[in-house]
Amino acid sequence: MAQKGEPIIEVEGLMTRFGDHVIHEDLDLTVNRGEVIGIVGGSGTGKSVLLRTILGLKKPDAGRIRVFGIDLAELPEEERRLHERRWGVLFQDGALFSALTIAENIQVPYREHLHLSQELMDELAAIKIAMVGLRPTAASLYPSELSGGMRKRAGLARALALDPEILFLDEPTAGLDPIGAAAFDDLINELKEALGLTVFLVTHDLDTLHATCDRIAVLAEKHVILVGTIDDMLRSDHPWIHEYFHGPRARAALAGK
Amino acid sequence: MLRIAASGDWTIAHLSAADGELRSLTAGPVKAGRAVIDFSGIARFDTSSAAVLERTARLLEEKGLRVEFEGVSEPQRRLLDKIDTYGTPDTSKAPPAPFYIELVERIGVTTREIGEEARGMLGFIGTVVSAIGRTAANPRRFRLVPFVHHMEKSGFDALPLVCLLTFLIGAVVAQQGAVQLRQFGAEVFTVNLIAIIFLREVGLLLTAIIVAGRSGSAFTAEIGSMKMREEIDAMRALGLDPMEMLVIPRVAALTVTLPLLTFIADLMGLLGGGVVVFFMLDMSPGVYMSRVQEAVDFWTIAVGLIKAPFMAAVIALVGCRAGLSVTGSAESVGAMTTRSVVRSIFLVIILDALFAMFFTAVGI
Repeated sequence: MAQKGEPIIEVEGLMTRFGDHVIHEDLDLTVNRGEVIGIVGGSGTGKSVLLRTILGLKKPDAGRIRVFGIDLAELPEEERRLHERRWGVLFQDGALFSALTIAENIQVPYREHLHLSQELMDELAAIKIAMVGLRPTAASLYPSELSGGMRKRAGLARALALDPEILFLDEPTAGLDPIGAAAFDDLINELKEALGLTVFLVTHDLDTLHATCDRIAVLAEKHVILVGTIDDMLRSDHPWIHEYFHGPRARAALAGK
Repeated sequence: MLRIAASGDWTIAHLSAADGELRSLTAGPVKAGRAVIDFSGIARFDTSSAAVLERTARLLEEKGLRVEFEGVSEPQRRLLDKIDTYGTPDTSKAPPAPFYIELVERIGVTTREIGEEARGMLGFIGTVVSAIGRTAANPRRFRLVPFVHHMEKSGFDALPLVCLLTFLIGAVVAQQGAVQLRQFGAEVFTVNLIAIIFLREVGLLLTAIIVAGRSGSAFTAEIGSMKMREEIDAMRALGLDPMEMLVIPRVAALTVTLPLLTFIADLMGLLGGGVVVFFMLDMSPGVYMSRVQEAVDFWTIAVGLIKAPFMAAVIALVGCRAGLSVTGSAESVGAMTTRSVVRSIFLVIILDALFAMFFTAVGI
């Protein structure tokens, strides 16, 4: 078993751009095994693009990305797929397959990658559904029959299907009510404790940052300008970070701690 | 004493075989007493394996054994406790109903849906008519720009397709007709065949079906995606009437353009037939035209053209209504678009049959 604390995601000198529009330039970021790292930044600073680039959904225009100590872009297709099973992704609105029920959605990776009996798959899907705090009856429902918060939980259940080492979450609490969002924060903490997950969290939500993150990386001016704990953020005098962590909403979130 | 020694990687990738063995173990008879599950040989462990081992322990306990876990590491213990809190997952499914019950149920559901759909369509036609009434009372509220835009999109832009297809069908009908009629030495009547069949029926039907596929589906998809993005609700909230903004311009545009398209389709069909007749029967264009004139009278053309606006209205109404019935999801737009095309082609042909009965009754 790999040691806790060793780097699991390493991004070096990353550059991404759309046409002439440069999103990231010379971006460095290291995520350690077992930590929850929050990625913050203003709208349009490329938080989601960074996530998609690490996942290999977008090609970097320069720089290297190593996940699990391996540069996945250099691996042949087959081997890359093997490593891709070691992470789980929750997209913004769950990105569940609309033609499948929740249980079938969770079973998609089982069906594609493993040969399990239907009995075992049903059992495992039921466990994952319980794990993310959905009612057992949700198993046979279609995504369109669920509320936004339930869809996110179901998406998380699918992301957890293969017991990933890294969990990527893209704005997991956006669009949830405060109670639902707080419950989601608890869920992330709980799963991280029980499963020893590394969580890569893109968020706008200050409460989530406070509640879940070990470290925070701030994206601005096309690269990561600061990585550190909440306290490091509070001490920083960079104008954007100051504004973000000392604004009225931030004070309210801190006061709630 | 029963001893289960787990060793190696207990992860989902290797779980299948172990699960089978454990299942057959718990399904068969076991001696009462003590059972030990030994974890000390496990290298890697995950939630799925925890679930399987928890289940095994539970089933053994149900058979009266005392189950103990041995050599469990701290992280494994946490995982097992976590899985234990979820209890027995209920994976039982309702048994499927016997096929005859399902058959009756489906017939019933479909019948009810047809009834509801008919009611809904009637209601929709009523709404549109009342909106047309309002617009007629206050003509300045008629949206001229979208009206012209849709005339161009569903009428003018359809011209190449309609012309080509009707020309080809005209040629095919003439060629087949000539081959058959030649057996009676009556090949000159090929002209009557083309002229009557095209002007009364085929020109219009072909055009209506092309337009249903081209514009009916477009109406559904356009309005449907607006509905999906809550644009229709936004219109209502801003005090705008979606009927007036979206439906009436489309219905009006199609009602005007379909007769025009049909007229052009009739001409192209005659042209296609004429070309075949020229080459197969050596009939000069002049003779062809005078024979066409003899074969048809005013009512032959009128019968075709009278039907056109009705079919246009049906296509547009079905298309718009399907668009407005789209619910939240993207696949709903696709389903409604398919349904709109199928339904409008179906209704166009039904309508044509009704008109045929009507014209026979009045003797034209």
